[in-house]
Amino acid sequence: MHISEGVLSGPVLISGGIIAATGTYIGLKNIDLEHIANVGILSATFFVASLIHINIGPSSVHLILNGIIGLLLGWAAIPAILVALILQTVFFQFGGITVLGINTIIMAAPAIIGYYLFSPFVFSSRTVTTATAFVCGALAVFLSALLMAMSLMFTEENFLEVSALVVTSHLPVMVVEGIITVFCISFLKKVRPEIFPSYRQQHKSLNSQFST
Amino acid sequence: MNITEPFAIGNSGIHLLDPRPRVVIAVLFSTITAVLQQFPPLFLAFALALFLVFRARLNPVIVGKRLTILGLFLTMIWLLVPLTFEGELVTRFWKLNIYLPGIVYSAKITIKSVTILLIFMSLVATMPITTLGHTLHRLRLPEKLVFLLLITYRYLFVIGEEYVRLRTAMKIRGFKSGTNLHSFKTTAYLIGMLFVRASVRAERVNQAMRLRGFNGHFYSLEDFAAYRSSGWFLTFALSLLILILVLEWLL
Repeated sequence: MHISEGVLSGPVLISGGIIAATGTYIGLKNIDLEHIANVGILSATFFVASLIHINIGPSSVHLILNGIIGLLLGWAAIPAILVALILQTVFFQFGGITVLGINTIIMAAPAIIGYYLFSPFVFSSRTVTTATAFVCGALAVFLSALLMAMSLMFTEENFLEVSALVVTSHLPVMVVEGIITVFCISFLKKVRPEIFPSYRQQHKSLNSQFST
Repeated sequence: MNITEPFAIGNSGIHLLDPRPRVVIAVLFSTITAVLQQFPPLFLAFALALFLVFRARLNPVIVGKRLTILGLFLTMIWLLVPLTFEGELVTRFWKLNIYLPGIVYSAKITIKSVTILLIFMSLVATMPITTLGHTLHRLRLPEKLVFLLLITYRYLFVIGEEYVRLRTAMKIRGFKSGTNLHSFKTTAYLIGMLFVRASVRAERVNQAMRLRGFNGHFYSLEDFAAYRSSGWFLTFALSLLILILVLEWLL
């Protein structure tokens, strides 16, 4: 999900940059040396996974996956998303320099919210995990769309219709992301539970394989 | 997976410049362009960006291709904004009102976005990502962030190949993506498998890094002294940027 260059006003771009820089600082503080390779390689995976298209009727959408990013990385999601956006700018010229900050927030803030709200439920019963994972994936996309609409509204009040269109056009993506998140989380839970930070915190003794 | 850096290698005047001032000027120039409100300084910025693309001797076909992605977005803007951005009425077309401020706003967005994209292509995309990483490090960005950028870049292609392998395996087994729960589930498991493999690989990479004495510091062998002196470039770019700002301020 991107805002292109040239649309937003100076104040919105600057506040976006400042908030993103602060978030990146906190995120980097949260990455210790043991996990820097982990965060980098997961960030590369998000980059690749976000290129996957899903068919919805005659058209197709690409995945955003920020709900899953939040659950897997916590605060480290902010620098991971920033890096992925820098690479997208270099490779595809999506986004750009001045919108880097605001685009990072649009994608990362919902990831952090999802992390705090839903990571306690990843290892709950099957029904609870399914329900929360769906809400996590769908809510992350919804919040991203909302943030995008808000940054447009702060730029120019006349963007009301455009903003409304941004949110409504993401409704189908929300449902798809919710479903994908449910299956992806249940898969990861079975196959590699260590990938979740909440699991690593609960099983500190098993953590030895990660820290040595 | 078709990821390329078509502009990264070259021997134009811009390619041979020290990357540090290039990145700094790109950030300054883009930021200034993004906040301009008047047309004359916008046109001047656009002309400067075109000049830089010309100086960097970028392949015009690829530049055009990169601009078409932006073109789709701009088409959407031109279809929406003149109809919804209320103000002085220009004309009524069928049942639709077309507003003058909407047209002006769309024109500004168009010039700004194309200009910023051209700046990026000519000044930043003209260096390999590794050089960009080392440059950001020299510009005092946090070491961890630079690591993250370089590790992500390094493993992007590895994970990309992994993705292609899994996709091929799915195709061989007759998978066709559609709008149904089975497709969603399969795609979710594909993504899950990518994460599992990435996480296992990250563990091995971490162990290998530790073995080689990784201590969190960044050692760059990039020798910036080999680049051409950038005095004239800085003077030229900064004076034009000041001119753009003066124009914006006076008008």
